Amino acid sequence: MSAEPRSLARRLFEPASIDSQAPVTKIVTYALLFLWALVVVIPLYWVLITSFKGPGEVDNGPFYLPFVDFAPSLQAWDFMLVQNYTLRPYMNSVVVALASTLLAVLIGSLAAYALVRIRFQVKLAAVAIFLILLTAIIVAVATFGVRWEIAIAVAAALFIIALFTLVGRTKLAVGNNDIEFWMISNRIMPPIVAVLPIYVMFQQMRLLDTQVALIATYTAINLPIVVWLTRDFFAGIPLDLEESAQLDGASKFRVFFTIALPLVRSGLVATFLLVLILAWNEYLLALFLSNADAQTMPVLVSAQNTTRGPQWWNMSVLITVMIAPVIVISSILQKHIARGLLVGAVKG
Amino acid sequence: MTATDTMPEAAARRSWAEWLDGHSGRIMVLPAVVVLLCFAIFPLIISAYLALSRFALASGGFTLKFIGLLNFRKLLVGSQQYHLLGKFGTFGFVQWALLALIAAALLFLLARYLWRGRPTIAGMVGRLLATATAMALAVLALATMAPGGVPGTVVNTLLYVFVGVSVQFALGLGLALLCGQPIRGRNFFRVLFFIPLMVTPVGIAYTFRMLADMQKGPFAPLVRAFGISEWSWATEAWSARLMVLVGDTWQWTPFMFIVLLAAIENQPRDQVEAARLDGANGFQIFRDITWPAIAPIAATVVLIRLIEAFKIIDLPNVLTGGGPGLATESMTLHSFISWRTQDLGGSAAVGYMLLLISTIVCVSFFNFVVRPARRFEA
Repeated sequence: MSAEPRSLARRLFEPASIDSQAPVTKIVTYALLFLWALVVVIPLYWVLITSFKGPGEVDNGPFYLPFVDFAPSLQAWDFMLVQNYTLRPYMNSVVVALASTLLAVLIGSLAAYALVRIRFQVKLAAVAIFLILLTAIIVAVATFGVRWEIAIAVAAALFIIALFTLVGRTKLAVGNNDIEFWMISNRIMPPIVAVLPIYVMFQQMRLLDTQVALIATYTAINLPIVVWLTRDFFAGIPLDLEESAQLDGASKFRVFFTIALPLVRSGLVATFLLVLILAWNEYLLALFLSNADAQTMPVLVSAQNTTRGPQWWNMSVLITVMIAPVIVISSILQKHIARGLLVGAVKG
Repeated sequence: MTATDTMPEAAARRSWAEWLDGHSGRIMVLPAVVVLLCFAIFPLIISAYLALSRFALASGGFTLKFIGLLNFRKLLVGSQQYHLLGKFGTFGFVQWALLALIAAALLFLLARYLWRGRPTIAGMVGRLLATATAMALAVLALATMAPGGVPGTVVNTLLYVFVGVSVQFALGLGLALLCGQPIRGRNFFRVLFFIPLMVTPVGIAYTFRMLADMQKGPFAPLVRAFGISEWSWATEAWSARLMVLVGDTWQWTPFMFIVLLAAIENQPRDQVEAARLDGANGFQIFRDITWPAIAPIAATVVLIRLIEAFKIIDLPNVLTGGGPGLATESMTLHSFISWRTQDLGGSAAVGYMLLLISTIVCVSFFNFVVRPARRFEA
């Protein structure tokens, strides 16, 4: 059978073995993949070469190849990076993204670890009373002009009294899964709903347009993702290591920092990178909470959009310096970042 | 002397450490709970209050006046109706036919639930709520897209969410299937295709503005060849919306791709090989082996994407500024614009409408699509 020579058509349309593809299928596959590769690369390439153009090269019609159909210059780079203050928003972005990511990963992984390893029982009545009192404080302060210190003190007292009298008698309680679900579900909330009060809050604290405000807010919005991802990493490590350490008298914190965290190192790296890039790219909250001193790169770019709309070369420099780090990180560490995404999607 | 002095101190330290250890669980969870309370629950309640009141600047600060549901009335039937809901057109035959189709499909799903399985009250309430929401949104979308109608920000957002996510899912799945085949250079494509997902959306928006420039962009010669270089996509509602969708798709297709590719690589290899030996073609293998294997993950990525898609603001704001007119304005952008014009109550009300719609859609999707898909796997 195998000695029989195959016709040309059959050779083109049938795979040589069970593991490989027929030549025609292979060509089509590569053609489509390269087509999408072009779709991915062209926008990035265009930004990069435009940043080396000047007004003349942009206005006199499209030029595609540096050194071939136009002479690249560093004029725009010099103008945007040396003569303009791009460095400050850049440092803001770096500081805010790094600090908020570190905080979010620390706080989130602590909570996720505790939720995986320790059983919690919170009385539903306590949660309900807490929420009712919180609403009552807001209504009292906003509508009836009660001083907020007094409102909070009264509410706290009422809450403690309720905790010791009423709550103990009720049975309904929320467990670990409910707490976890609550934390993660915060991500469903569109940030625009929460940002107005956060804006007013920081205004009252005179923290508007500072890095602190941005760091705190970014920590909060990325916390659900950290809890969601690290929970699965912690659930995957065997119990016996931690148990033997605990028998030796190590505290839970010690076990967490010396045993659990190092074991999920690669998972933490994945989470860290993902959250870092999300914080780097964040736009809406920065738009509300910063305008000059704490301005981050995305806000700077969108603000320049109107004034420098036609100045493609200058805008391209800004965009290049803004997206270059994420492209470098995501292409070198693609495996790690993708791992974070996968854990999230697979376990849900 | 010293021994007796340090004894109680040491004991105190030990008991403090013991207390710390005994409550370690709570202490570990506490920071996360406090952060979420301060930045999610507390603002959410205040926002609810803002949505029900009128905000006005006064000397030395501002005043808030409780006005009940007036903000929502203004948005739904009052002066802001045009902004949020749009202008209703006249229903023609096509619209009625589509509406009938959607209604029939929803009723069929409801009936199937009642016929099969054991219906519960909670399940029924949830389904009725989902059906009613789907119906209302369908009527709104059809009416504003009918001749003479103008879609408002709700329909724009729905367009970005449903059309955008569908296209991204289809493209991502297609690319993942191509890349999941035994070809060389798979890793190269995986790394390259992943990049757009991580690029700052604001940068993407401006880049696509440059690319789509009809006179100076890279495609200008092509456009000139077709003789439409005088035309601009930014002046027409549908072409502007299309641009936003193109930018969004460029960014988010990689997300679908990377997750679905991993799922495809994990499908049962022996089954695929056995099917191939039996002479099954590519489509049959996909339908009977690959799809059932990746369905739960596919449903989950779509859910994640739905949640994020409702929040879209960067692309429309930078790419088109929400224009022409209101054609590309999303609900988040609408809320932001209301805030900028000092209409805090209206802004919060729009935010709450968005929260309501996105929660109902996402929870329904989770309950009626993701869960069955997972049960199917188990």
